[in-house]
Amino acid sequence: MRHIISILLENEAGALSRVSGLFSARAFNIESLTVAATEDPSLSRMTIVSSGSDSVIEQITKQLNKLIDVVKVVDLSEAPHIERELMLVKVRATGKDREEMKRIADIFRGRIVDVTESSYVIELTGDCSKLDAFLEVIEHSLVLETVRTGVCGIGRGDRILKV
Amino acid sequence: MQLTGAEIVVKCLQEEKVEYVFGYPGGSVLYIYDEFFKQDKFKHVLVRHEQAAVHAADAYSRSSNKVGVCMVTSGPGVTNAVTGIATAHMDSIPLVIISGQVPTHYIGQDAFQECDTVGITRPCVKHNFLVKDVKDLAITLKKAFYIAQSGRPGPVLVDIPKDITTHVCGFEYPKTITMRSYAPNVKCHSGQARKALQLMLEAKRPMLYTGGGVILSDASSQLVKLAHSLGFPVTNTLMGLGGYPATDKQFVGMLGMHGTYEANMAMHHCDVLVAIGARFDDRVIGNPADFGSVPRKIIHIDIDPSSIAKRVDVDVPIVGHLPEVLGELQALFDEQKSKPDAKTLAAWWKQIDAWRGKDSLKYKQGKEIIMPQYVIEKLYEVTGGDAFVTSDVGQHQMWAAQYYKFDKPRRWINSGGLGTMGVGLPYAMGVRFANPEATVACVTGEASIQMNIQELSTAKQFRLPIKIINLNNRYLGMVRQWQQMFHGDRHAESYVNALPDFVKLAEAYGHVGMLIERPADVEPALREAFTKHKNDLVFMDFITDQTANVYPMIAAGKGLSDMILAEDL
Repeated sequence: MRHIISILLENEAGALSRVSGLFSARAFNIESLTVAATEDPSLSRMTIVSSGSDSVIEQITKQLNKLIDVVKVVDLSEAPHIERELMLVKVRATGKDREEMKRIADIFRGRIVDVTESSYVIELTGDCSKLDAFLEVIEHSLVLETVRTGVCGIGRGDRILKV
Repeated sequence: MQLTGAEIVVKCLQEEKVEYVFGYPGGSVLYIYDEFFKQDKFKHVLVRHEQAAVHAADAYSRSSNKVGVCMVTSGPGVTNAVTGIATAHMDSIPLVIISGQVPTHYIGQDAFQECDTVGITRPCVKHNFLVKDVKDLAITLKKAFYIAQSGRPGPVLVDIPKDITTHVCGFEYPKTITMRSYAPNVKCHSGQARKALQLMLEAKRPMLYTGGGVILSDASSQLVKLAHSLGFPVTNTLMGLGGYPATDKQFVGMLGMHGTYEANMAMHHCDVLVAIGARFDDRVIGNPADFGSVPRKIIHIDIDPSSIAKRVDVDVPIVGHLPEVLGELQALFDEQKSKPDAKTLAAWWKQIDAWRGKDSLKYKQGKEIIMPQYVIEKLYEVTGGDAFVTSDVGQHQMWAAQYYKFDKPRRWINSGGLGTMGVGLPYAMGVRFANPEATVACVTGEASIQMNIQELSTAKQFRLPIKIINLNNRYLGMVRQWQQMFHGDRHAESYVNALPDFVKLAEAYGHVGMLIERPADVEPALREAFTKHKNDLVFMDFITDQTANVYPMIAAGKGLSDMILAEDL
């Protein structure tokens, strides 16, 4: 099953490699990983999307907690949460495709953030399935380039991950 | 007080009451070594290869419960040390390794003797640090000592660039340390302890299975008391030997791949299993699916939550420091009235005694060829069972574990997790530094000993009267055994040709060498070595049976009840 794991860790050089090294050394799976400093610059917040049986996910959280730089670990998927990912898609936009692309972007609440005579860059935010759906809807041959940030997530309501 | 980085390193080691630093100098640690030279509060032990420095520091710790300290230079100093660090890491041994690094402004430039030390060692340390500012040096070393010995212990490496050792700053050594990201839980959850005790009291076929955690946390006395109160059978893992006295009647021997018949059968057929500081290793329970096929309740006590439910499902997990948890269980047991049902327990013991009747460690010693098991039995007799025994890795290691009956913790020093050939001699050195009066025997083989044979030179320099028990079968014995059993008896690269004359070799290093070829000479030779040559290093080259195998054996991937016994063959 897919899990979204949120980690607060010391914002130290090498902290990222400790986490990513743990996943490769123990053959855990990473679907995506995002990391940036928090409002407290001494801490980083990382979101990892992984999949595995309950016992594998339990091991992942235990092993993460064991890392000396890790302050807190939460499996967001255990309770209501919000996940978001940002995608930039460069598409060919010429002739009749130009209008069609804009229409689809609007439907997905995407924004066109760069325009040339022959292309758009569309910015799209949402959960993974929404971004996947967008890519499925548009004509594959028109997609020139895509880049996704990976998922970041946050618990709903009173669930707060903070030191 | 303004000090240089190098002076700060020395001050920190003194503050930590370090007795010995095992190491090897080189370019990037020269300022630190210069400060070593100017002080006499701790001694430096110059090894002949950095790997041995780490092994010696490791055994110093294993045999004393103090933190082992070593010092190596950048680049090859570190890469040579990696095997030692990984060995300590697998067995959770508290070490602080200080490594030199090229100056900060050279890092990343492929400088002479540069390597990414933090990157290379990251997967085999509990934690590591690169010190980028001299102001962080003292606090980093404090953290290193704290992390190494708290929680589940382990090696911590501190990488210090050369320029940092010349920079100057004020020095104050912190008395205590708190880290928001690291606060190991040691207290026992009393609700869980109650549940565990209830299960134990209701058990029909209980079993205590204890590992290296008992040794590391000095929980042996609590374990013995609890086991005696309950009257349950006890088995030790390879790492746990000595944690429970081997001569106690409740001890059923070591379990696992080369464990006794009774230990493995009892482990397999028990209905309540209490795992104490052990981790259900593949060499211990064999195939986890087979192990899980027998219904039983498992209570797992460990300081490391990630060890629990890693390989087998657990019914009652208890995270905590073993002396506290066992103390809590004992207190709960003492305050309530009930005891395990004597009749049920007697029936279980009757079954165990029937398994014991198989006498799974029996072997035949003839008149012509020395059996390796016999050498260990005689070693046990001659040393009165009271020696510190280090071993290398292979058949001799298993025979030492099976036939030397360890009654005290920290007496059996071996590389259980990583299985590092070459540890035996540097381990013996480390033990002797930590226990200056102790009798120290290194049980090894002609292949393992050659992996760190250069340390005979260190042993000479520091007059370490180690007795090397070389079980020489002219084969990589365990490899040959597996080839015989699983690879059609094709001995691919397991015969060791062109062996040195070990007697001459020992003499060349200034030690005593002995060649023992006849069974009748085994005991007299050992007596001579341990009495007449008490103060010498004696290299005893025992020419043993070439094709003796270690039994009983559970083939890799098989279940605990699927044992191959010597008599089956």
